[in-house]
Amino acid sequence: MLTKRIIPCLDIKDGRTVKGTQFENLRDAGDPVELGKRYSEEGADELVFLDITATNERRKTLAALVRRIARNLNIPFTVGGGISSLEDVFVLLDNGADKVSINSAAVKRPELIQEIAQTFGNQCVVLAIDAKPIADDWFVYLNGGRVQTPIRLLDWAVQGAKLGAGEILFTSMAHDGTKQGFANTALRQISEVVSIPVIASGGAGTMQDFYDTYTIGKADAALAASIFHFKEIEIADLKRFLHNKKIPIRL
Amino acid sequence: MKVAIIDYGAGNVRSVLFALERLGVEAVLTDDFQTICSADKIIFPGQGEARAAMRQLQARGLDKLIPQLKQPFLGICIGMQLLCEHSEENNTKCLGVIPQKVRLFKGHDLKVPHVGWNTAATATSNAPIWHADLKYYYFVHSYFVEKGDFTTLRCDYGNGFSAGLQKDNFYAVQFHPEKSGRAGELLLNQFLNT
Repeated sequence: MLTKRIIPCLDIKDGRTVKGTQFENLRDAGDPVELGKRYSEEGADELVFLDITATNERRKTLAALVRRIARNLNIPFTVGGGISSLEDVFVLLDNGADKVSINSAAVKRPELIQEIAQTFGNQCVVLAIDAKPIADDWFVYLNGGRVQTPIRLLDWAVQGAKLGAGEILFTSMAHDGTKQGFANTALRQISEVVSIPVIASGGAGTMQDFYDTYTIGKADAALAASIFHFKEIEIADLKRFLHNKKIPIRL
Repeated sequence: MKVAIIDYGAGNVRSVLFALERLGVEAVLTDDFQTICSADKIIFPGQGEARAAMRQLQARGLDKLIPQLKQPFLGICIGMQLLCEHSEENNTKCLGVIPQKVRLFKGHDLKVPHVGWNTAATATSNAPIWHADLKYYYFVHSYFVEKGDFTTLRCDYGNGFSAGLQKDNFYAVQFHPEKSGRAGELLLNQFLNT
């Protein structure tokens, strides 16, 4: 049976993993290669590396880092952050990344999704969507949540899937960092309008939150950062908890 | 041991090279006939679309070479699908090494692509490489090989499909052993030891 996935997310800055709260108070959390290995040994099903480096040297350091991670990692990993062209994708895949996650660049130029899907296959395009509820609807945000757009969440999810995205990684900005659970109502709505897998992100605080997002939110995978980094929840314990509650999990 | 990975410009071969490196095996990525023919083991990986992949093979003459190879040969993901007769993906005639067909997943409430970790169950158990019961492997694909006479591993998704195939020296898996943790490493090791 296909299992539900647990995906730790690591933020990368200048080749190191950083920990912080909502991109502030960044602290060095060590070598991403070592951390990635540790998570995979603890049972993570996949990893997401999000590059938040802002310098011009970004591309070169990221490619070298991706290569080091790929050499040492025997589970799939996705790289995201600032990807805006086929060339960016080629370099990352050529260095061993399995998928790329694209966000703002795809909103600005939706054909990018199609170009990547046609060149490298749908399976390597993860469409990351950051959104926030306003009145009765959800709207898409850009640039790490700083810029609001008039685009509706469900419209964008449907369009992204049509253009060839292989998965959707949905982050609710209203839930991110709150540890009050995932945005299950919106997640469920996304799952009902697209037929590609949906990854829940933003709001993980307890093991029950994961159970709820797989059941109520119909998520195929759930992503979290701080609860794993700060060892508030151990991946092995989480997997046992979910397994005992009859969620299909890889043990 | 000489291991050749067939180079036909298909997607992510780096992961396979790195996985072999972790197993202490040096492999060469090549489309050179002589290098391929003199290798002890051959791996045929790939990602992407069937028709474009077949064109790449034809442009290099590899579509004629592959069916004649006698060494242990392992197709991975689209490498497995290309070994079959025909793919529904852009109505593509494939290499025809294994007489089975490739279809698109369809079904109400069925997520496509099939992404994630799923179990493979042994369908026929002649070689140790296929003793995979209850192990989890990482899958990512929208097309699948139907179950048939050469199915060695079954996977339950949609109406069920072939996770593994074998005909003579041709082995194939739909999942990515290079990304399937220890279970994948074990399978690669068993292939290298056949």
